[in-house]
Amino acid sequence: MKEQARAAVIVFPGSNCDHDAFFALRKIMGIDTRFVWHKEESLGETDLVILPGGFSYGDYLRCGAIARFSPIMKDVINFARNGGVVTGICNGFQVLCEAGLLPGALVRNEHLRFVCKDVYIRVENNDTRFTSQCSEGEVLKISVAHGDGNYIIDAEGLEELKKNRQIVFRYSDENGEISDAVNPNGSLENIAGIVNREGNVLGMMPHPERAMEDLLGKRDGKKIFESVINSIIQVNNYISAE
Amino acid sequence: MIILRAFYFFFDFVHYYWKLLQQNTHKDMKDIKINQEPEVTLELAKEHGLTEWEYNRIFELLGRQPNFTELGCFSVMWSEHCSYKNSIALLKTLPKTGKHLLVEAGEENAGLVDIGNGHAIAFKIESHNHPSAIEPYQGAATGVGGILRDIFTMGARPVAALNSLRFGDLGNPRVKYLFRNVVKGIGDYGNCFGVPTVGGEVYFDKSYTDNPLVNAMAVGVVRHSRIASAVAKGVGNPVMIVGSATGRDGIHGATFASEDLSEESESKRPSVQVGDPFTEKLLLEATLEVIKANYLIGIQDMGAAGIICSTSEMSFRGGSGMDINLDLVPTREEEMTAYEILLSESQERMLMVVKKGYEDRVTDIFNKWDLHAVTIGTVTDDQYLHIWKDNDLKASMPASSLVLGGDAPVYKRETSRPKYLDKLNTIHLDNYKEPSDYNDVLVDLLGTPNIASKQWVYDQYDSMVQTNTIVGPGSDAAVVRVKKTNKAIAVSTDCNGRYVYLNPRRGAQIAVAESARNVVCSGATPVAITNCLNFGNPYDPEIYYQFSEAIAGMRDACTVFNTPVTGGNVSFYNESPTERVYPTPVIGMLGVIDDMSYVTQSGFVNEGDKIFIAGELTKGHLGGSEYLALIHKTITGDAPPIDLQKEKLLHDFVLQAIQEGLIQSAHDITEGGLAVALAECCITGNARSIGATVNISATLRQDALLFSEDQSRIIISVKAHNLNKLNKLYENYSSIVLQEIGVVGGDELLINDTIKIKSSVLSDRYYSGIREIMERAESKQIINTEQ
Repeated sequence: MKEQARAAVIVFPGSNCDHDAFFALRKIMGIDTRFVWHKEESLGETDLVILPGGFSYGDYLRCGAIARFSPIMKDVINFARNGGVVTGICNGFQVLCEAGLLPGALVRNEHLRFVCKDVYIRVENNDTRFTSQCSEGEVLKISVAHGDGNYIIDAEGLEELKKNRQIVFRYSDENGEISDAVNPNGSLENIAGIVNREGNVLGMMPHPERAMEDLLGKRDGKKIFESVINSIIQVNNYISAE
Repeated sequence: MIILRAFYFFFDFVHYYWKLLQQNTHKDMKDIKINQEPEVTLELAKEHGLTEWEYNRIFELLGRQPNFTELGCFSVMWSEHCSYKNSIALLKTLPKTGKHLLVEAGEENAGLVDIGNGHAIAFKIESHNHPSAIEPYQGAATGVGGILRDIFTMGARPVAALNSLRFGDLGNPRVKYLFRNVVKGIGDYGNCFGVPTVGGEVYFDKSYTDNPLVNAMAVGVVRHSRIASAVAKGVGNPVMIVGSATGRDGIHGATFASEDLSEESESKRPSVQVGDPFTEKLLLEATLEVIKANYLIGIQDMGAAGIICSTSEMSFRGGSGMDINLDLVPTREEEMTAYEILLSESQERMLMVVKKGYEDRVTDIFNKWDLHAVTIGTVTDDQYLHIWKDNDLKASMPASSLVLGGDAPVYKRETSRPKYLDKLNTIHLDNYKEPSDYNDVLVDLLGTPNIASKQWVYDQYDSMVQTNTIVGPGSDAAVVRVKKTNKAIAVSTDCNGRYVYLNPRRGAQIAVAESARNVVCSGATPVAITNCLNFGNPYDPEIYYQFSEAIAGMRDACTVFNTPVTGGNVSFYNESPTERVYPTPVIGMLGVIDDMSYVTQSGFVNEGDKIFIAGELTKGHLGGSEYLALIHKTITGDAPPIDLQKEKLLHDFVLQAIQEGLIQSAHDITEGGLAVALAECCITGNARSIGATVNISATLRQDALLFSEDQSRIIISVKAHNLNKLNKLYENYSSIVLQEIGVVGGDELLINDTIKIKSSVLSDRYYSGIREIMERAESKQIINTEQ
């Protein structure tokens, strides 16, 4: 029996890509999706939690620093600790780092300016729940839009990330070459997205929900959602078969 | 009704004099605050920017002397910024009706255009020039905030923002500072709020050195059933203030915007408000929720002139009055006076009239979004504003006495044809030597900030949030999908101030024509405009000549193109003791695309496509051109001639060709002329650098052929197999020109025997023109800070 995947998009005050994530999941991927207000204490029944982009609480303190204290975050952390699939996009990635679900931190872009443009990212590890539909080394066209996307981590942490193959995406050119010239924000080793050690939590600065339709000029983000939805359906099927 | 009003009047009268008497007899016992309230005199009125005639008129309207608070109210409401007193008579001559318009210009906070499928578009442009000259970051940010509020008070969710910006020469360090911070202010506000900034324009000319122009435009989508109105109706309905608390920021911002900039302007920095896009985003969500729940009677944004503006305008529109108790207004500073609370321009606030009995539900919605919603008064039927504080009647004025369309003054000023026109309008081309190397000239033109890519600017704006941006910044017009319909809209802002300076009427015609041409090139039918009219001091007859001629030009063009004016904004006094800005009537054009497949971009697409010029022949008009300005360092001549009827035919032809699927790309020829436009076609497409071979014969000097800015010309590229169909279609449009000039392909741009240059060289210069100037400045700045 094939189970449908269900998604919850968290809405913080100041989230502004919440509707985009909702549209991508519900209208384009066609899965059961609902918003969860940050003041709620429970996620309810869901297979996937999206922490969307935006400026939670205006990002006036440090990006994501206040959102992590929202009531819903307790349940998000529980959900993740129990193996639930969580994706943080842009501001959502920042919240995940602040909440301790992902290592490292995102600081001000090296050139100190907000940057919004199309970039390329190379899939560094396709053996994750978020990239199984991509090939290793595949280059995705996707866009970034952030002021604080410069990923940093200490040397030890970086070693850990590499050892466990937690680096999922790096900024590259369209041929997959990695260089400073194609790094939009000064991110350490061009890191654009990572997973936690267990592989169920993804944080990425680029916006896959903006790369879903030919009409808007790019559709590679769809592969990320396809990967994650497939993996959820597989797990759900496996559980119902048991 | 009359008796009631007479009673109120009598009551006010007695109350006022009783208070005055009390003040005089118990002078020593009064607290310091009241003692500080200055005596109202003609001198004080003049300090408030009112004339003697206006001061006497207030006496007439009130039937008595105004008190200090009332004087403050009249001074802001009768300021140019709020009353349009020097422009409204002429603005009323613009075409304002059309079959798609749902409200007439000036009726509501923004224009409203029906696009079918039960949806409408709200859009408007507004200036924030003076604040941005003094405090560029906050000035620009709050400009964006203000125009967004105008849109969502109509019930519309903002779906796109654009900006039309003018600065001095980028060689000037202060100009760089203004430019950098205006861009950052716009970006930070729009990015956080979550509206995509999809387009606009940036020009540089030394006339804007002291007076940068910052015009912000916003576009929103609303379902017909959720359109909100800026009206106060229904006796006893509660009046609520929602959003941020009120502080002392921005008091007299409107008055400040209604005078020339001067040395003292710096001391008016406190007149500049501070923006909070996060609160605005919450305000948006809460407001739309209240409108959706149908608890609302009317709503108006609080921008210029704060509470006094929204209470008087909403009352006037509804034929109502209001009793307002200022003690109930949440303030963020202590001991604010009635004068200060009424005039404060604190941002992110709205005034709402809600259905009686629903106050608590409205409050609940706002509390959910961590915002205030407080009842501060009620709607009355006496058409008066009664403003109370500390149990005192602080002001009592007929709503109509304050507002535009009511008793606010209306002037038509003297005009006089500027003397400079005769001197400049004649041009002798023989005085200007032909360049020896046309490749160099083309590269220089592509790198000059007026023509170079504005990528350094728009990369700082989130242009894609909301996932509707089909064509973002950098093409002729931006194209945004309207979700839940099968349509898209195209938007563009345009004005070449130099043309308007050289020929005000024709310059304004061209501004409208170019904006229409731009949306046409993207596949849209032009439907309506909003305008932002930036001029100098209207009391100068030469300035007023520019203004009235520009209005006439706009009227000519809007009539021919069938694009009524839905509203906008006038900004006078854009001058300093040493210079005045070019008259700059910026046009914000709205176009509608009925089928997504019509969307067309400016860049060449395929090798082998044939290149045509549609519209007019190239006649070699160099007056007012960027070529003369950059290469010969002179701004002279007349604006290029334009035949509006032919321009309209050109739009119809290109649109039909697009709709029949015959066109690969379309790009209009503007600043820099044919050579620059062809270069842009080569380097702005997805490929970023494709070549073209062009041969065009004309008995003209090569510089006139390549760089003239003759109007009504669009470069189109066409697949070879569509040529017959295109020619067939052209038979119906034979009074305009369709001239085949070349073919797309290779990696070089070749024009006649004069231009031969790699597209990649053109591209490098085009995309680095502004970036280089700004990043060089940045690296210097970083070194300085490090030291």
